[in-house]
Amino acid sequence: MQTNTTLQDTDIELNTDPCADPSGTTPLPFSLALTFLLAGIYFGVLLTKAQVISWIRIQEMFHFQSFHMYGVIGSAIITGAIGVQVLRNSGIRSITKQSITIRKVAFQKGQILGGLIFGIGWALTGACPGPIFAVIGSGYSVFIVILVSALAGTWVYGKLRNRLPH
Amino acid sequence: MFDWIFAPWPWYVAGPLLGLTVPLFMWIDNKRLGISSVLRHICAATLPAKIPFFTYNWKNERWNLLFVFGILMGAIIATNVLTNTTPFQIDARLQAFLAAHQITHYPSGVPEDLFSWQSFFTLRGFICMVVGGFLVGFGTRYAGGCTSGHAITGISQLQWPSLVATICFMVGGILATYCILPFIL
Repeated sequence: MQTNTTLQDTDIELNTDPCADPSGTTPLPFSLALTFLLAGIYFGVLLTKAQVISWIRIQEMFHFQSFHMYGVIGSAIITGAIGVQVLRNSGIRSITKQSITIRKVAFQKGQILGGLIFGIGWALTGACPGPIFAVIGSGYSVFIVILVSALAGTWVYGKLRNRLPH
Repeated sequence: MFDWIFAPWPWYVAGPLLGLTVPLFMWIDNKRLGISSVLRHICAATLPAKIPFFTYNWKNERWNLLFVFGILMGAIIATNVLTNTTPFQIDARLQAFLAAHQITHYPSGVPEDLFSWQSFFTLRGFICMVVGGFLVGFGTRYAGGCTSGHAITGISQLQWPSLVATICFMVGGILATYCILPFIL
């Protein structure tokens, strides 16, 4: 069985190495907590107002019937890329005085296999993870079922991880 | 003059504003925007079951949980404060396809014939919600990210594996759209 640490390294999304010190919790100042909450509200308003949380818009995308979703994702990537380059070239530190780094994403088979699996789920539910939370907020309590199923899927992945090709 | 704020926002307004969150997160605290990892943190917080993948200090990821809680709050605000009665626009071909499957009611873009507590007990409702949700959770973690972590953040940072993942998201979605949905709806 592979050790936990090497497995964690392949996961691109965890910002800190969780195994370094399991007991140590980095303090989260109130101002920073509020900033991330406000960023979430901003993100949630945008997802909802741009109808990214609509099953119909996702179906129009997969049927190539509407440019809307390609426009949203494409222009988000272009804007994000410009912002990232500006940050990189400016050499400034983060507000919390950290140096701004870009963690390289390592290629692994999971990006193909997991990507295909997620794509199927995306078409069925019409919701990627962010929109799942937004649809619940927009009043469709039944999306709690999708959230619980997604948690179950994540949990089963964690359980089977060592037996899956990576 | 503020009518536009209550109507659905076009892609060229919402897309760039969404994309700005990537450099914003880096500038705030050198953080990487990603939403599906929150599902992992919730598993780690509630049912780690001694699985190595969930045995870490999830409290260090509280910022991400707050961000996602904000998404839920933002959707409540957008739905209850920033909406008007503009009828939902749908492509005529999709409308006809769905009507053939008795899906006709989607006032805000979520087909209520498919996603409701009543349809939970139908085969198509079960597949779209329970099976679909499971695949979202399993697939995003296996891929190491979702639309936010790979498509928007990853490609913005010019990470080619994220482009591979995003292409696979699209291929999987198109496969399900043409090979699964017509038979289960």
